[in-house]
Amino acid sequence: METLTYEYRGGRPVASPPPSFLVGVVGSGNLEVLVEPAPLGGLCRVEIQTAAVGFGATWQAVLDDVFARHPLADVRISINDVGATPAVVGLRLDQALDAFAGGAQP
Amino acid sequence: MSSYYEDSARGRLAGLLDPGSFREILPPAERVVSPHLRQLDTPAAFDDGIVVGEGRLEDRRVLVAAQEGGFMGGAVGEVHGAKLTGLLERALDTHPDGVLLLVESGGVRLHEANAGLIAVSEVMRAVLAVRASGIPVIVLDGGTFGCFGGMGIVSRLCDAVVMSEEGRLGLSGPEVIETTMGVEEFDSRDRALVWRTVGGKHRYLLGEAATLVEDDVTAFRAAALALIDHKPDLSLAALAAEHAALGSRLERFGDCRDALDIWERLGVEEPERLPILDTADFLATVRDRRA
Repeated sequence: METLTYEYRGGRPVASPPPSFLVGVVGSGNLEVLVEPAPLGGLCRVEIQTAAVGFGATWQAVLDDVFARHPLADVRISINDVGATPAVVGLRLDQALDAFAGGAQP
Repeated sequence: MSSYYEDSARGRLAGLLDPGSFREILPPAERVVSPHLRQLDTPAAFDDGIVVGEGRLEDRRVLVAAQEGGFMGGAVGEVHGAKLTGLLERALDTHPDGVLLLVESGGVRLHEANAGLIAVSEVMRAVLAVRASGIPVIVLDGGTFGCFGGMGIVSRLCDAVVMSEEGRLGLSGPEVIETTMGVEEFDSRDRALVWRTVGGKHRYLLGEAATLVEDDVTAFRAAALALIDHKPDLSLAALAAEHAALGSRLERFGDCRDALDIWERLGVEEPERLPILDTADFLATVRDRRA
């Protein structure tokens, strides 16, 4: 297992975020994404626990794209992953961040 | 119509309970995760594969637990089991109108070995304590992974089991039987064999499932509501009668090699037809034929 952390600056805080929002399941080829508001001084922090070791550059590329689509600030994103493909990761993050920014209830 | 089989644990709860009524206990953001999986270098889930909390069912106060089969097959680890036991013990304090267990589990999580086994035994004891206090415990079983092992036992300790045709209920799961006894004894890849042996229709015919419903979250909701006012008879006489009935069932069907033999002996005409009937036709066909 590998723990990865990425941080992004320059996003905007969500106006009225839900206390937390969870999508996905920790199953083979899948992942769960937990999104929470957090006082991070304008940062968006992504913390990943993944069963697939050695894919840091791929995560970086996927997350760069996700942050370009969802430039959020003061958000903590926590991921438990069991080898989801980059496409699945991107879709799950879109799903989670759309719902989070829309003020969805958990 | 929303498939119960295809949905996640959280999706099932959202469709089952009155909208907006669910309040989760130990939600994912609390991060009460398995301490064992980390030691084994295996990813944990923030809710350890089970969602517990309280909500309302047509305004009746209920405690609910939903196992997520997608995470380690819904297997019961130490935290997972403790959440379930804690929920049941909460019922003794708060006296809800009922407890609903949305089971989906392969049994004990082998990664956690004895901790998982102890957790399941604690769940069993808690179920019996809740029942003894007069609060019904109702099982809903229609998930992708079925319900086996320790959770199969837990389910049959409860007041009633609601199943869909897609649901499965048993002690040893098909793969376990095949591994232990050989493929000649039980081919776990033979889906027709698996479903007619442990599936919802067979469990309903044997009387182990109280209700058989369509694979639809709202059908499960209606069935749970119908059962919640049912007060079971826990007297010694009733338990003795249940034991006698189980004994006579063994005498009646003990030599059957296949579920089809049992269905034939129950007086079902063309028993080989049962698996292809939809739920309504099936229920009409087997009326007065249950064991």
